[in-house]
Amino acid sequence: MSQATLSTPTDDRPRGGLMGAVFNSIADLGAVVIRWIETLGDMTLFALRTVSWLFTRLPRRDTLIPAFYNIGVLSLPVIALTGTFIGMVLAVQSYAQFKAFGFETRLGAMINMSMCRELGPVLAATMLAGRVGSALAAEIGTMRVTEQIDALVTMGANPIQYLVVPRFLACLLMIPSLTIMGIFMGVVGGWLYAVHIFNIDSYHYWNNSQAFVDNWDLFYGVFKSVFFGATIAIVSCYRGFHCAPGAEGVGRAATAAFVLSFVIIIMLDLGLSIGLDAVHDYIWPEVVR
Amino acid sequence: MTNEQTPKKAADRALIEISNLSLQFGRQGVLRNLNLSIPRGQTVSIIGESGCGKTVLLKTIIALLRPTSGHVLFDGQRLDEMNDKELTAQRARFGFVFQTAALFDSMTIAENVAFPLRENRGMSMQKAEPIVRESLAEVGLPASVMDKRPAQLSGGMRKRVGLARALVMEPEAVLYDEPTTGLDPIVSDVINELMIRTRQKHPVTSVAVTHDMKNARKVSDRIVMLYPLSRLEPKESQVIFDGTPDEILKSKDKRVSQFVRGEAGERLMEMQEKAANY
Repeated sequence: MSQATLSTPTDDRPRGGLMGAVFNSIADLGAVVIRWIETLGDMTLFALRTVSWLFTRLPRRDTLIPAFYNIGVLSLPVIALTGTFIGMVLAVQSYAQFKAFGFETRLGAMINMSMCRELGPVLAATMLAGRVGSALAAEIGTMRVTEQIDALVTMGANPIQYLVVPRFLACLLMIPSLTIMGIFMGVVGGWLYAVHIFNIDSYHYWNNSQAFVDNWDLFYGVFKSVFFGATIAIVSCYRGFHCAPGAEGVGRAATAAFVLSFVIIIMLDLGLSIGLDAVHDYIWPEVVR
Repeated sequence: MTNEQTPKKAADRALIEISNLSLQFGRQGVLRNLNLSIPRGQTVSIIGESGCGKTVLLKTIIALLRPTSGHVLFDGQRLDEMNDKELTAQRARFGFVFQTAALFDSMTIAENVAFPLRENRGMSMQKAEPIVRESLAEVGLPASVMDKRPAQLSGGMRKRVGLARALVMEPEAVLYDEPTTGLDPIVSDVINELMIRTRQKHPVTSVAVTHDMKNARKVSDRIVMLYPLSRLEPKESQVIFDGTPDEILKSKDKRVSQFVRGEAGERLMEMQEKAANY
């Protein structure tokens, strides 16, 4: 239920003179910080409500299947295509440096490890945020603007349970598969370019890859991707729910969904990478990463 | 369950009881100390110029908006104090016809109309289909529209689908938000007829927010006129008329008679003066 509030602050700031300008700037900065903190808190509550619905009542199959199809299946081609090209680009960019040291047969180790640990999950998340995140925010935002969310509520449906939970589950459960596909195609793309264009020996290429890349690296990427998927769903649905009126509001919500998702993904990526490395060192202290 | 009044028999008490209701958005007041009692079976039209809080009142009745102060009792219960589960159960007793119909774009017409049945009664689409077909027939729509999407229908047809969806659960109270706005005179009158027929068929309590005086006079037992807070003195009541459709025609209040006749009076000059002084 929306709450009509009385919360607009009194605008009694000094206006004139140099000191006035300084005070105004500080007050404006403070207002921005307060807004950010409010949004963060609001988004956290939104995420908690979404998660709590997972344990209360699961969505109907006819809302889940379209969400899984739209978010998972339809994202597959674009992630496979970009994954292939990223693998090739990595080969092109690194070949000269590796060749200078006579390490060109180790190119596969570098490409495959980069794809597994970093580029695969970040690429899948970026493509998902762009293709799905913006669309989710625009779709839910349009529903908000055209009173469809109010209609849902009046007919006894909870909009978080009905709209957000299926999309959240789809992002959460489909992104690992999409990430694996992105990694696989990147590995194939890098191998194709390195072996068929740079004429690196295929046996040594794979042999070195095998020596440096193991299951942990694949787990590392897939584990991170789950957090990225959850972020995309929560941020995009939240933006749609809090969409400003009109076409401009919907457009802004779609853009903000992508930008904010991407910023959070990159920040999470750093935190998760540090955390996972620490876990690795704790479990296998003798193994060099 | 909260009942703030002396216990009365359910049949005797008003179905919707609005007490000292005030609602503000930020600093902007929309409703102030509003009191209104709507008995069972009555059809009330809420009229008034744009921005006087008619739609806000309608959304407060069904607890889409929370009052700043005061409360709304529905069948003796405060919806704004209920938890999600209780609120969902109470909302199933309402039907809401939205100004823009608010049909779900991603669903077919049949799925839209079946939505309340599936959500509240757990019906399968197959089981709901004959009921949907009947509901659509009641508002004069053929079964051929069932597989269409809302975007493929005209404004009047969408409005009728919205009405069918609101009535499919045979609710005790129906809230209409501008049911005839944006429709041609013929389709507007079709909507009026459907509202009257609905009342004749089920003992339903209706609250219609409208600008359309013809609609208000034709379908209502009672008309309530609200006035925008910005044009009222601090102690003045926001309800400037409450009576029957015949009484409103005889009202001596200039603000009421001007609205009923659709005359601008000095309003344009006032608006220009306000704009110049801004």
